[in-house]
Amino acid sequence: MKKIEVRELDLFYGEVQALKKINLDVEANSVLALIGPSGCGKSTFIRTLNRMNDLIEGVKINGTVLLDGQDLYKEVDVIELRKKVGMVFQKPNPFPMTVYDNVAYGPRIHGIKDKKKLNEIVEKSLKAAALWDEVKDRLHKSALSLSGGQQQRLCIARTLAVEPEVILMDEPTSALDPISTMKIEELIEELKNKYTIIIVTHNMQQAGRVSDYTAFFLNGELIESGPTDQVFYNPKDKRTEDYITGRFG
Amino acid sequence: MTVDKNYERKRKLVNSFGKAIVFISALLLIIITVSLFLFVTSKGLSTFIKDGISIKEFLFSTTWNPDREVPAVGSLQFIIGSILVSAFAIMISAPLGVSSAIFMVEIEKKLGQKILQPAIEIFVGIPSVVYGWVGLTVLVPFISKHFGGLGFSLLAGILVLTIMTLPTITSVSTDAIRSLPVEIREASYALGATRWQTIRHVVIPAAKSGILTAIILGLARAFGEALAVQMVIGNRPVIPKSFLEPMSTITSIITMDMANTAMGSVWNDALWSLALLLLIISFTFIIIIKLVGRRGMYK
Repeated sequence: MKKIEVRELDLFYGEVQALKKINLDVEANSVLALIGPSGCGKSTFIRTLNRMNDLIEGVKINGTVLLDGQDLYKEVDVIELRKKVGMVFQKPNPFPMTVYDNVAYGPRIHGIKDKKKLNEIVEKSLKAAALWDEVKDRLHKSALSLSGGQQQRLCIARTLAVEPEVILMDEPTSALDPISTMKIEELIEELKNKYTIIIVTHNMQQAGRVSDYTAFFLNGELIESGPTDQVFYNPKDKRTEDYITGRFG
Repeated sequence: MTVDKNYERKRKLVNSFGKAIVFISALLLIIITVSLFLFVTSKGLSTFIKDGISIKEFLFSTTWNPDREVPAVGSLQFIIGSILVSAFAIMISAPLGVSSAIFMVEIEKKLGQKILQPAIEIFVGIPSVVYGWVGLTVLVPFISKHFGGLGFSLLAGILVLTIMTLPTITSVSTDAIRSLPVEIREASYALGATRWQTIRHVVIPAAKSGILTAIILGLARAFGEALAVQMVIGNRPVIPKSFLEPMSTITSIITMDMANTAMGSVWNDALWSLALLLLIISFTFIIIIKLVGRRGMYK
């Protein structure tokens, strides 16, 4: 089943075209990895899927992005959209509040006030992000006292707490050590049973390990996409092959 | 690589010269601060030591007759006057200032950065005599005409101080809010928060210590302001019973009386005691600002 369908998507920052005629489908309950050199448009692309680019001045978008068949830019309310499409950022960015309040933030702003309900959500989300055992005794300590890897899993828990359907991850492990990275990769493996995940990564091995599908971007264009095995071992385009084999990038 | 001996020697010389200048400047600064504090303290304490007036009378009596045979230097009315005028001014300027800071950083970014902030920074630099004179010319007759009384009043003092502290509070809070990482705002929006929710639940709590610092700085400015206040409050040494009555503050009584008193008289000593009190209060403000700053999570 197709969760997201992108058709003829153009994006401009002022005069500069950052995305050119992107066409891409994302299967539900799969992991799609976006690869490509820096500045190729991967992060810009991922941000069109939850309309984070709306926050940047001078951004113009043409084309359509459908989520469950509905046009994100015409038929969907941006608040509702971001509830459905969660995002984990490159640098762990917990709020300067307690671990508990970080996770409860999303449910609270969406109107859940009941203490018992919130407790349940916080515990469930932290467990799902494989962080519960490490923080259950310091839920009311500042989130900034956690290690970088824990902070990133907290950000994942915070995203899970609003029960999204899609999770966007923008280089979620690039600021982390190898062990924290491994934990997050294991987590992605588990999460894909319930969620559709799109991950931007610079790390070829990571893309190979965690993803079912891979899309290769270059200079704002989508060069090639397909099942990860095919893109990695049997690329159709010469540029994909060059990038994957490390000839540039 | 060949080493130019001359160059090496010159480099070392410049280095030690620089060190010496920095060290002397730092030392000088410490000496000036300490000697100022010692001087004001010794002068201020002579009211109690030399003239035999009790600290209790000074702090809790409102009888101010420093020129009588048996001088009375009860200063409660000045202390209360300073507190009233500053506290009410801050109660108005703090919400206004913080709101304008939020407006400039979170809502109208372009307008804020290009026009409002430079304008506010100019306001910070306007000398207090200008504020006082405008207050005297515009505010005092206005209050007299529309609310009654002479116009020289607690209300006039509050309004002048509100206008004077507003730019300080706005500009310091603006810096505090602007220095927050953009990532935490993005995190909030990405969870489906509205702009108002983001401001209310993320931006303000995260900038709390910076905003508090701004308010305390404003309060310190209000408390220490002498000239502009003195020009509009009427300078009667009493506790005002309404907003429209004239009054005095610690700073205004010092500026009003200092030229009339002889060195070493009880009157003069009492003014020094008030100056000491001001010094202690401003130190307290500084300590509070440091403590608040240390508690903040982002710096």
